[in-house]
Amino acid sequence: MASTIFRSLHTNPCLLHPTALLRRKDVILYCTMRSAQTQTAATPDKVKPQVKVAPNIQNKTLEKASKDYEAVIGIETHVQLNTLTKAFCSCPYNYGSPPNTSVCPVCMGLPGALPVLNMKVIESAIKVGLSLNCKLSFNSKFDRKQYFYPDLPKGYQISQFDVPIATGGYIDVDLPLEYGGGHRKFGITRVHMEEDAGKLLHSEGGSYSQESYERLRLTLSLFWILFVYFMQVDLNRAGVPLLEIVSEPDMRTGIEAAEYAAELQRLVRYLGVSNGNMQEGSLRCDVNISVRPIGNIEFGTKVEIKNLNSFSSVSRAIDYEISRQVLLHSQGEDKEIVQETRLWEEGAQKTVTMRKKEGLADYRYFPEPDLPGVFLTQDYVDGIRNTLPELPETKRRRYEKMGLSMQDVLFLANDVNVAEFFDTTITKGADVKLATNWIMGDIAAYMKNEKLTIDEIKLSPKELAELIASIKDGTISGKIGKEILFELLAKGGTVKGLIEEKDLIVDPAEIEKMVEKVVSENPKQLEQYRGGKTKLQGYFAGQVMKLSKGKANPGLLNKILLEKLNAKS
Amino acid sequence: MLSTLQPPRSLSHFRTNPTLLLRYTSLKPLSSLSSQPVIHSTITDQPQSPNPLPHSQILSTRHSLLSRHLTATQLADSFLARLRLTEPHLRSFLHVSDSVLAQARELDEKIQRNEELGPLAGVLVAVKDNICTAEMPSTAGSRVLEGYTPPYDATAVRKIKELGGIVVGKTNLDEFGMGSTTEGSAFQVTANPWDVSRVPGGSSGGSAAAVSARQCMVSLGSDTGGSVRQPASFCGVVGLKPTYGRVSRFGLMAYASSLDVIGCFGMSVADAGILLYAISGHDRLDASSSKREVPNLEAEFVSISSLDSKPLKGLRIGLIRETLDDGVDTGVTSAVRNAALHLEELGCFVNEVSLPSFSLGLPAYYILASSESSSNLSRYDGVRYGNQVPADELNSQYKDSRAKGFGSEVKRRILTGTYALSAGYYDANYKRAQQVRTIIRKSFKAALDEHDILISPAAPSAAYKIGEKKNDPLAMYAGDIMTVNVNLAGLPALVLPCGFVEGGSAGLPVGLQMIGAAFDEGKLLKVGHIFEQTLQNCNFVPPLIADEVTS
Ligand SMILES: [Zn+2]
Repeated sequence: MASTIFRSLHTNPCLLHPTALLRRKDVILYCTMRSAQTQTAATPDKVKPQVKVAPNIQNKTLEKASKDYEAVIGIETHVQLNTLTKAFCSCPYNYGSPPNTSVCPVCMGLPGALPVLNMKVIESAIKVGLSLNCKLSFNSKFDRKQYFYPDLPKGYQISQFDVPIATGGYIDVDLPLEYGGGHRKFGITRVHMEEDAGKLLHSEGGSYSQESYERLRLTLSLFWILFVYFMQVDLNRAGVPLLEIVSEPDMRTGIEAAEYAAELQRLVRYLGVSNGNMQEGSLRCDVNISVRPIGNIEFGTKVEIKNLNSFSSVSRAIDYEISRQVLLHSQGEDKEIVQETRLWEEGAQKTVTMRKKEGLADYRYFPEPDLPGVFLTQDYVDGIRNTLPELPETKRRRYEKMGLSMQDVLFLANDVNVAEFFDTTITKGADVKLATNWIMGDIAAYMKNEKLTIDEIKLSPKELAELIASIKDGTISGKIGKEILFELLAKGGTVKGLIEEKDLIVDPAEIEKMVEKVVSENPKQLEQYRGGKTKLQGYFAGQVMKLSKGKANPGLLNKILLEKLNAKS
Repeated sequence: MLSTLQPPRSLSHFRTNPTLLLRYTSLKPLSSLSSQPVIHSTITDQPQSPNPLPHSQILSTRHSLLSRHLTATQLADSFLARLRLTEPHLRSFLHVSDSVLAQARELDEKIQRNEELGPLAGVLVAVKDNICTAEMPSTAGSRVLEGYTPPYDATAVRKIKELGGIVVGKTNLDEFGMGSTTEGSAFQVTANPWDVSRVPGGSSGGSAAAVSARQCMVSLGSDTGGSVRQPASFCGVVGLKPTYGRVSRFGLMAYASSLDVIGCFGMSVADAGILLYAISGHDRLDASSSKREVPNLEAEFVSISSLDSKPLKGLRIGLIRETLDDGVDTGVTSAVRNAALHLEELGCFVNEVSLPSFSLGLPAYYILASSESSSNLSRYDGVRYGNQVPADELNSQYKDSRAKGFGSEVKRRILTGTYALSAGYYDANYKRAQQVRTIIRKSFKAALDEHDILISPAAPSAAYKIGEKKNDPLAMYAGDIMTVNVNLAGLPALVLPCGFVEGGSAGLPVGLQMIGAAFDEGKLLKVGHIFEQTLQNCNFVPPLIADEVTS
């Protein structure tokens, strides 16, 4: 019985996902160039935030009231770095490995084991810090954050406290057009490095977040004894490097918050420092939210929301929470809003109390004595700065200048791999608008149907450029071009090769022969043509094409045909 | 009979076995074959003259094996025999290896095959039980880790094994190194070989007593606030605390990470130095270990015959004035003043030097060490290993495991440290202690800019009675006054016996502490070696083994 309850608490990605896909149907693939499972999934733009809000809250009073209040939203994001080994030991980390198969004395916190910093963590932190326009601390350090929890093997987490590696930056965000678009700049308070904790399991192998564990403890005391018996800790994730990115409380709506998170995901993927996958927990967002009457300078009481596994849940949870708090405010019950941590329940589409905060937790931070200070040199930082790729914001602005529409810009820049594909295609000389159309049209549709990412299709940017050129110069018709495209997508190969395979007639002499044959067999039409009925060119062209069984190069055909028709003989 | 080694606790019936004694003394004639003047190759440590000079057991072992005067098995046999005889009185070991003789035999086969030997081949090393050993339990003297065997060797242990050393067993200590008497062990109390009614000092009391009673040749200890140096002083052996970072801490169960170092015990300065040389160097598993190159410390042990009458001419020695103040036993003070005179005779220029911040060290040390320990000991929560107490609530599981697993001194320090790091108290405690630490570091730096070496007593008194300070933690803490400053400054220090005070049947040894500049262990060893080789009228073999051999 206990296990049934455990299962129902476990966020089931299979249940979650189909709805997310459905909701996305109307907007073609905006954020999802990756495969269906890896989603960039439920991107905010697909979500009509009000739809799911519980009806008792969504009433006219509320709508009226919400005009008088504004929400203040800040986000703490944990980004799991994809370094080859963990932060302080040489264990690899692979999501989904069997429990406790990627552990060693260091990440298990065995007596006598010591942490040694993986320098890749610093490198990733600097990349992210620079990309978020932060000021770097050239002289920072690690600290111990102390608390007891079974998933924390040492009884403390190695983190950064008073001197984070990066502070005081900002991030540029373009809001989705479906929500009116617009550009925003959100402040970044700090970026710091820390290590991840393990995961709690029970004996049947399901996994639980710390939140559901905590909830169980509070709500299911009857089963608590059983739970402790079955409890296990999987330390595979313990010691995996994280960056905690804390935003300023600059966001006002669920959409802004979700887009902020989506931009962070884009950024870490562009930088290649994380896979940014929310459902695997590589990108985790905790939202802080308060509501205040418009015009007030003081913040309202802050509530933290956890368990947000997609951008759409970020957006919906915030909008739900705003409604809940506005309602309490408007009914004069704002005392009911207490400082607490609430969980987003995907099934019920609402937030529920997880734990009330009784004063501030005292983590008894102190400098980590096992690790030396982190000292950066200007040369080292400059070296990293010089290797930074073009970032999403820069790319979007460049695409804009290239004359692309905002919709095209957002689509292309959304996924680093799509953007790279596009950029390479352009570099190979393809027409910008045509390349955009092909990628956003047939190629995107193909990827969606086949559930492939742009890296997995067989078409290369070079061949797309070749294809566009071949159509443009009339070597092949648009119709043949499309046929060739789908063959390239599925099987690969080259445009030239496929044209040859199709036995297309590109030899001018051969086409000339056919033209001469058609012209000589239609003396009457020729006479009419020469008499001024030039529309008949189409007739002749059709006949030649018919004769070639559709394989004649249309450009050559027309060129030679015109010469013959207009020849004074 | 000798080959079936049992844990020492069950071996009291071996005590008066005459065959063991016979065998032990029968090895003696072989030892006289040594030809080197400094390096006596006696393995019995029996007085050969009224005033035998300390010799290097490691070098004589090397010499005996290479010249084939003795086999490794014979050597191991003789030490194990003595271990069995003395252990019921001393209880210095928590675990004795059952593979010592097998390893010795293996070594003899290698010698037979003319294979190359490591510099520590056949050297019998005891290891403090807070240093991890893969094949032996490692409990740190705590119930929390009762029965725990680590999956890996500490780097220092690994190096010893790689160089041919044989780990004899794991020695007793104050739980997690927290204490100055070894009475804080959860398992047993170790006695001082000079007077079994007295403490051996601590926390490395087991390692010091084991070397003093020749139960092993050398041993490893750990020194966070004096835990190698004070027991060396109490037991009349040489104790060497290296510079912080000189030896990898990987595998040393952390007490206070920024102060902990692994240190060495030997019957002579040379042994302590050779052992240090073996375990020193950067370790990629310890980010706080230094990348500095380790000079060949063995080169410091010049033969006594090559010394002129003033071998330490021109050396500037500073006697720390604050260490001779009230509260230090007069016997200790006069032993140290005599040692200073001896150094002057050797050509040194000795003057008194004042370190005004000296007395600040003790409170700063206890705040920092307790703070770090409160964090380092968090991992012993009963969730993963050790002494898990069944409980129906997670919080009470933590509470129960920790309440039953930890002794009172450990709890006292965890509580102190937790308090010192708490919000609102941090600045007045931890932060202030760090500031004091900086001041102390600077004042030592200044003193060592003007002196080659600073000297002081190693402890304010000689060994006191078991139980004497057990219920007076403040009195026990006060005994650390001579040593904690050195840890705060991260400096190397050598303690070697320099005289006696009255007590016990043969007097009680007094240790002299020599403090050097960071990473200058070489100078300490050189001076210490000459000091010990020229010290007259002192015999630092404890009565316990002298009696048993002659009886
Ligand atoms: Zn590991």
